[in-house]
Amino acid sequence: MKLKRFLWLSAFCLGVVLPQAQGTNEVQQLQQQLKQLQENFERVQHEQRRQIEALQKQVGALQTAQARPPDKADALAAAPLAAVATAPLETKQPWTPTSPIPLLGGQRNYLNLSFDALFTGGSSTATDVEHLQIGAHDPNQRGFTAQNLEIVFEGMVDPYFRGQASLAGHMEPSGHFHFEAEEAYLETLSLPWNLQLKGGQFLTEFGRLNPTHPHTWGFVDAPLVNARFLGAEGLRNPGARVSWLMPTPFYSELFLAMQNSQGNTAYSFRGSGGHSHDGHAHGDARFGRELLHRETHNLADMLFSPRYAVSFDLSDTQTLLAGASGAFGPNNSGTDTDTRIFGVDLTWKWRSPRHHGGFPFVAWQTEAMARRYEAGAFAEDEDGDGVLDVDLPRETLWDYGFYTQLLWGFHKGWVAGLRGDWVSGERGAFYPDPDRDARWRISPNLTWYPTEFSKLRLQYNYDDRANIGVDHSVWLQFEFLLGAHAAHKF
Amino acid sequence: MKTRLIAFAILLGLPMVAQAGLRVVATTPDFGAIAREVGGDRAEVTSLAKPTEDPHFVDARPSFIVKLNRADVLLEGGAELEIGWLPALLQSTRNPRIAIGAPGRIRCHEGVQLLEVPATLDRSQGDIHAAGNPHYMTDPVNARIVAGRVADAFCRLDPKSADAYRANLKRFSDQLDAKLAEWQKLLEPFRGRHVAAYHNSWPYFARRFGLKIEMFLEPKPGLPVTPAHLAAVMARMKQENARVVIVEPYLDRRTAETAARSTGATALDVAYLPGGVQGTEDSYIKLMDYLVTALAKALAGNTR
Repeated sequence: MKLKRFLWLSAFCLGVVLPQAQGTNEVQQLQQQLKQLQENFERVQHEQRRQIEALQKQVGALQTAQARPPDKADALAAAPLAAVATAPLETKQPWTPTSPIPLLGGQRNYLNLSFDALFTGGSSTATDVEHLQIGAHDPNQRGFTAQNLEIVFEGMVDPYFRGQASLAGHMEPSGHFHFEAEEAYLETLSLPWNLQLKGGQFLTEFGRLNPTHPHTWGFVDAPLVNARFLGAEGLRNPGARVSWLMPTPFYSELFLAMQNSQGNTAYSFRGSGGHSHDGHAHGDARFGRELLHRETHNLADMLFSPRYAVSFDLSDTQTLLAGASGAFGPNNSGTDTDTRIFGVDLTWKWRSPRHHGGFPFVAWQTEAMARRYEAGAFAEDEDGDGVLDVDLPRETLWDYGFYTQLLWGFHKGWVAGLRGDWVSGERGAFYPDPDRDARWRISPNLTWYPTEFSKLRLQYNYDDRANIGVDHSVWLQFEFLLGAHAAHKF
Repeated sequence: MKTRLIAFAILLGLPMVAQAGLRVVATTPDFGAIAREVGGDRAEVTSLAKPTEDPHFVDARPSFIVKLNRADVLLEGGAELEIGWLPALLQSTRNPRIAIGAPGRIRCHEGVQLLEVPATLDRSQGDIHAAGNPHYMTDPVNARIVAGRVADAFCRLDPKSADAYRANLKRFSDQLDAKLAEWQKLLEPFRGRHVAAYHNSWPYFARRFGLKIEMFLEPKPGLPVTPAHLAAVMARMKQENARVVIVEPYLDRRTAETAARSTGATALDVAYLPGGVQGTEDSYIKLMDYLVTALAKALAGNTR
């Protein structure tokens, strides 16, 4: 603008100082020149404006590409870029109506969403497959089973909490689809003193397997000891948990959970339902006793689960994790009876220093548990003939069990597994009881992971149930995962 | 003994007020090496992943939780490099110093122009990274950007040593600049040449040094090599006169050797993490030195 004014001014001055005597020709020439100058100037100005606009566009594009304002470091780093022969920057593809709009997942959204489906097809020599396979997400019939269909929501709630929910369902042999809020909890991100709180509905941190979901398991079915002691669905209930990451040079963490002790996900406690085994005329029974309705009166009626976990790196490639867990709460076989479950677990893992996709590896995991169940006295005259058909005393029932499993990832995508299961109970007044009788099982299997988002697993079970006999089962399991990439815990 | 243990516990449980230097945790050794250059003796640097392992599938060892819990700085590659293991660790870490947005959390990919950002997210295309190819540290210019950001973070967190960090950064950057000119000169004769790779980890390196690394033994990122695909790649290698097949330490060298043998090429061990190849431990410049000289040698030795 200034330049333009200056030009006009100079032109005017020129006009003034020029001798009046000069002819009209000269005036015309000057006018012509002036016009040219003006045109030239306007052209230059237009050119400059165009260049500025182009540069602004480039700056804008670069800023959006870098997704953050350039700071001192960038300026520093960018300086030698000019000196260095740089390849042309790749520009982002413009959005077109045909390109998909990413809605969820991949750390670009508020919510990570994933869906996992787990199915099994197979058969067994057992005629009572639903009693043979005692986990709620186990294959439960000849033919196909929809074991676990799970939707997981995960994300940061705000600067203080992380939230996670998994809605899971499985299909019962009747075809009924059983859908449930498996977990829905929030977890604090950084409390002082290395504490962490968790609240909501969650799987109790008892041992290694209980807090995990079936699609992360190394075998088609739940270990017998888990399904018998912690329940078909695993031990989980609404509640709260505090954990303390201890200030030791190695990893050691202390957990304490307080949860409701009733419902069918607290099987050994004030659980309703349970294994369909009990063969009782009544709906709810445990170890021959009809279950009572027991209200929650005070803290003593809650379920308390402490756990201590400790881990050492044995070498660059070997890790050991050991834990001791407990679960204490009332049970509803009597008005003042309670249950205590104790568990120890040990995990050892070796992973090659040159693993590709995590392979090869060897992982050995063992959990052993003991359950002390105070069973209330129970008597009943079923047929009304004045003679008691059932007369069970108050007694303390001890049960023991363990599983031990070895997984060997021998080639990328391939895992061979072997698991041994054993459970048994000290003989009680109610006998035989398929929920407590001795039983053992051997399960070799082979899994193929085409990618980390799908798998195919073939498993054989040799089952020996006391008072029932030996059974053989073969299951072929397949899984697929859609959506957000889940991170793997140790 | 007991009282001593308790005293120890109390001591460690308290927030660290006075301590010597910054405790830095890097997810992979390349970021660790940069942090060491910038931090010098004022930073205590730990890398979680081993240089020889596949950094996408690191075991989330519980000891890592402890390291992260006590860290002042966390350097992560971002761009989904550590998506399979870092989030699981951070869930238990409970350390506000390295929370997202905190000055101690450095997501190295921010500030770097990522290549190969997929237009569509579709896992039928194999292992793709939604934010782009995460192996950007194979370009020294990107390493320089990351070093600048690391220095900024260190200065913010430990202003008393800012001069030292700035001096370290300058020394490293100058060295890198000088080296980069040297490296570019070394590879200049091979501009436009094709190099085959087992896995697509090298677009940044290729762009910087004018090479074409577009043939991969994997049919799709992360998928196993198939005979049909391998045959097609070998045919193309011959056609494009690709005389070198590069292979990372955790990938199957025999496959690379097979491809090399039948095309008259050389299988060359490479790594994008310092220490992934012997003699390159803990130094980014040593690693790049090795990569450039070994590649130049292999390319020169096999010119038709």
